[in-house]
Amino acid sequence: MDRMPNWADAVLVPLISLLLAAILSAGVILAIGESPVDAFSLMVEGALMRSAGWGYTLYYATNFIFTGLAVSVAFHARLFNIGGEGQAMLGGLGVALVCLYIPWPHWSLAIVAGAVGAALFGALWALVPAYLQAKRGSHIVITTIMFNFIAAALLNYVLVNLLRPVGAMDPATARFPDAVHLPTFQDMFSTAATPLFRGAPANVSFFLALLACGLVWLLIWRTRLGYEIRAFGHSDSAARYAGISPVRITVVTMLISGGLAGMMAVNTTMGEAERLVMNATEGAGFIGIAVALMGRNHPIGVLLAAILFGFLYQGGAELALWTNIPRELIVVIQALVILFTGALDNMVRMPLERAFLAGRKRRA
Amino acid sequence: MTLMQKFLGAAATLALSAGAALAEPALIFDLGGKFDKSFNEAAFNGAQRWSQENGTSFREIELQSEAQREQALRRFAENGNNPIVMTGFAFGNVLGEVAPDYPDTKFAIIDMVVDAPNVRSVVFNEHEGSYLVGMLAAMASETGTVGFIGGMDIPLIRKFACGYAQGVKAVNPDATVIQNMTGTTPAAWNDPVKGSELTKAQISQGADVVYAAAGGTGVGVLQTAADEDILSIGVDSNQNYMHPGQVLTSMLKRVDNAVYDAMAAGPDLETGINVMGVGNGGVGYALDEHNAQLVTNDMQNAVDQAAEQIASGDLTVHDYMSDNSCPVN
Repeated sequence: MDRMPNWADAVLVPLISLLLAAILSAGVILAIGESPVDAFSLMVEGALMRSAGWGYTLYYATNFIFTGLAVSVAFHARLFNIGGEGQAMLGGLGVALVCLYIPWPHWSLAIVAGAVGAALFGALWALVPAYLQAKRGSHIVITTIMFNFIAAALLNYVLVNLLRPVGAMDPATARFPDAVHLPTFQDMFSTAATPLFRGAPANVSFFLALLACGLVWLLIWRTRLGYEIRAFGHSDSAARYAGISPVRITVVTMLISGGLAGMMAVNTTMGEAERLVMNATEGAGFIGIAVALMGRNHPIGVLLAAILFGFLYQGGAELALWTNIPRELIVVIQALVILFTGALDNMVRMPLERAFLAGRKRRA
Repeated sequence: MTLMQKFLGAAATLALSAGAALAEPALIFDLGGKFDKSFNEAAFNGAQRWSQENGTSFREIELQSEAQREQALRRFAENGNNPIVMTGFAFGNVLGEVAPDYPDTKFAIIDMVVDAPNVRSVVFNEHEGSYLVGMLAAMASETGTVGFIGGMDIPLIRKFACGYAQGVKAVNPDATVIQNMTGTTPAAWNDPVKGSELTKAQISQGADVVYAAAGGTGVGVLQTAADEDILSIGVDSNQNYMHPGQVLTSMLKRVDNAVYDAMAAGPDLETGINVMGVGNGGVGYALDEHNAQLVTNDMQNAVDQAAEQIASGDLTVHDYMSDNSCPVN
């Protein structure tokens, strides 16, 4: 046995990484003459101690769950999908078309159709890079990132020239009809006596995200397709020998991944803005990569990591509102967490693993 | 009522009135960021001027995401900040929802009309100002070809381009106006490198005056124009100082005045629609010591005459936004 116990891998490594990131962030805040303790308590206070703060934290987390799942599904087949951003943008277009052109009697029907529309458009956007990878060997990292730019350009064209109401300045669609308004947490959990989640954008699509977590777990570990995806990811040649078609797995995996990324738009477009705006994705597609890395490509891990990043986003907003810490440094703090939990994972893991093994040897 | 209750009540009243007296105004910058040397910075300068003159402070936030628009508005309103000023048309939709929830708070929005009893909407006739600098560009150009570099391709920027083209053609009907947009995403507001590339491309097509209506991207346009020894035109703030003798003029959009006025009015802010055009000094062109030798008396007279005609209504500059098309290009 040359590995450390699972609990250390899943819990200890991320915790130590987070601690390191927090220490560095504290240094950054100290360096510009603010108090790190005050800043941290403001973040916790604003993001976790008020129900409206939770409303924002979970709203951001919903986006990150979808994009994190998208990246992790692709990663099980060793495909690195960094096109979540573009797929989510197109997903937004799918949601907008469904909401604008079909008169829905009730939101419960609309959310199902919206999710299907979003997943369909997102999946379609992932199809071309997937095909190029499977058939032509064009590297998926390159093609998906290029497709992000094409998506932005396409969306801009559609919004400015086709969907924008006449005379409106904003490159955005008209407002969706009231019938497709998704219940927010405020609508669901507030009573007249105790208003909860006031004004916060978290909405019913959070539960859609939880459902997606469950389905992804079922797919990857409990279905034949999931087995094929993992087999293909572990060894291309072994999978081929076992009769698994690499073309099929590549394309299908990317379709699922793109669909998941696209479904993020249900939250931002249908749940929050209630119209399609130009930059509805705001980098959530890229945060999804960090979320998947930190969550070890497991739905539970993705869920927890997504909530952590939601906290960072909402806490960052509170910092921007009530302190003089400039926006750029808030991004630095968020980036440090991504760096330590995602990219520099091995920096913590390897010494820790050595420590565990050394401890075990001594006992033996 | 016991003594204690009275005491508590009085304390509460005192706290409330103290809160109201301390209500500082708040300023919300759009995603482009505070120091874009252009639109947002003009707003910041206006607020800064107000706070220095009165020795008071104001709250401010630079947004990071779309969802923060509503959040910032609500949090400031709940905190008692009054008035709350925001820069950018993108707030329109959100403000329309939030404003009715806080009837005692005054809001001021720039570049957009929001119809609510507690909102002041400040809009600028950018096409008029662009017309004036277009005339200057045509008069200063020797090649008969001038350029326009926009930021993100949205109707507002096409409005700038259309006014500019009309001004150019008014002076020289045979002139060519090359138009380029920097990009299709909000990143186009802050991409000086792309701005520089576009400027070089326009120069190779013969342009010798380039007008940048592109936020932070314009910094690259002005720099390259100066490096390549052609003239440029700045936007929103007076950018003549950035390359003295190389910036022909700047299309002024007095966002700073709009913010200053709103903050100076405080909680008594008058609401309604506020149109800032050439007539009331809301837009215009910049003339200072940095471009004095570039703008001849003849040029100045011609432009001032046009400005008077626009102000009096004798000359109408077509507004792209009114019908989504431009009579010249």
